[in-house]
Amino acid sequence: MLTKRIIACLDIKDGRTVKGVNFENIRDAGDPVELGAFYAKEGIDELVFLDITATIEKRKTWTTLVNRIAHHINIPFTVGGGIKTVEDVSELLQNGADKISVNTAAFRNPKLVEALAREFGSQCVVLAIDAKQEADGEWYVYLNGGRLKTETTCFDWARKAVDSGAGEILLTSMNHDGTKLGFALDITRKLSESLPVPVIASGGGGKMEHFVEVFTEGKADAALAASIFHFREIAIPDLKRYLLEYSIPVRI
Amino acid sequence: MDAVIVKYNAGNIQSVLYALERIGKTAVVTDDHAMIRSARRVIFPGVGEASSAMRYLRERKLDETIRKLRQPVLGICLGMQLMCEYSEENDTTCLGIFEEKVRKFDNSLLRVKVPQIGWNNIFDLKSELFESVPQESYCYFVHGYYASVGRHTIATTEYTLPYSSALQKGNFYGVQFHPEKSAGVGEQILKNFLSLK
Repeated sequence: MLTKRIIACLDIKDGRTVKGVNFENIRDAGDPVELGAFYAKEGIDELVFLDITATIEKRKTWTTLVNRIAHHINIPFTVGGGIKTVEDVSELLQNGADKISVNTAAFRNPKLVEALAREFGSQCVVLAIDAKQEADGEWYVYLNGGRLKTETTCFDWARKAVDSGAGEILLTSMNHDGTKLGFALDITRKLSESLPVPVIASGGGGKMEHFVEVFTEGKADAALAASIFHFREIAIPDLKRYLLEYSIPVRI
Repeated sequence: MDAVIVKYNAGNIQSVLYALERIGKTAVVTDDHAMIRSARRVIFPGVGEASSAMRYLRERKLDETIRKLRQPVLGICLGMQLMCEYSEENDTTCLGIFEEKVRKFDNSLLRVKVPQIGWNNIFDLKSELFESVPQESYCYFVHGYYASVGRHTIATTEYTLPYSSALQKGNFYGVQFHPEKSAGVGEQILKNFLSLK
């Protein structure tokens, strides 16, 4: 049976993991490769490496790092941050990334997703959406790392991107991100039930029961978290055993 | 050198090379006929689209070279599908090594996502390729098309229906999943392949 996926996200700045991480078993938790390998060993299903510097000057550092990750990690990984062109993606895939994620650039250039899907296949094109629920109850797309509001609804954008060839949706709820009060179940379920591609829920996971909710009520195909894993508030093997107790299929 | 990896117009080839390096094996990526023919083992990987891949192989006569190989050959994902007789993906005649046909997952009746992306288990394992690999082990899959179950099936997986997650006919092996991305299980399968004589 196809399992639900647990994904850890690592924010990277100048080749180092950003959020302070405190691991006893790792020599250098600031090294994305070591941290990624540790998670892979613990049974994480996928990794996302997000370049939060993403400036032109640092591009070489980034592709070198992606290549190191590809050499050392034996599970699939996605790379995101600052991707604007087909050439950017080509370079990352050639360096061993399995998938790439696009966000603001895809929204600003509607042809980008289509071009990427045609060139490399939908299976490696992840569309990341930062969405926020406003007072009118509707979920809107935000750009530039959540700093710029648009008038487009999350659902409309997701549907359009999937029609253009996006192979997966990574949905982050800005209302829930950082709260540790649980994922955005309604919008996750709406996307997952209406779209023919997998939906990765992100933002708000704080307790193990939140992951149960997002898979059962939210109908998510995968759930992503960062700091709760990095700070060992939830250990991957514990989370997977917990999900199994609730009859949620996971890889152990 | 332990293996040659066939270079053609498909993605993900580099990942296979890195995976072999991780288990301490050496390989080269090449489309040179003589090197492929004389290799101890040949890996035929790939992520991509069937018809353009077949066109590319035919133009360079790699199709004939692959068909005539006598040493252990391992097709991965698209590579395995191309070793079948036919693929519904753009109505493509493939290499015809395995008689099984490749069809598209039908998501019109059941609410499933196509392509299948993620970890699924492999069972009914019957080949030395799966030496020390427990039944029901999880492997990483990314595919919208599948090979039906037939007499060459050596591993089965279920997604809307049971299909061939691995095939074998003589020296030819094929796996639908990505051993290079399937953690320890995948590494064991690659090691097993590389110890085939």
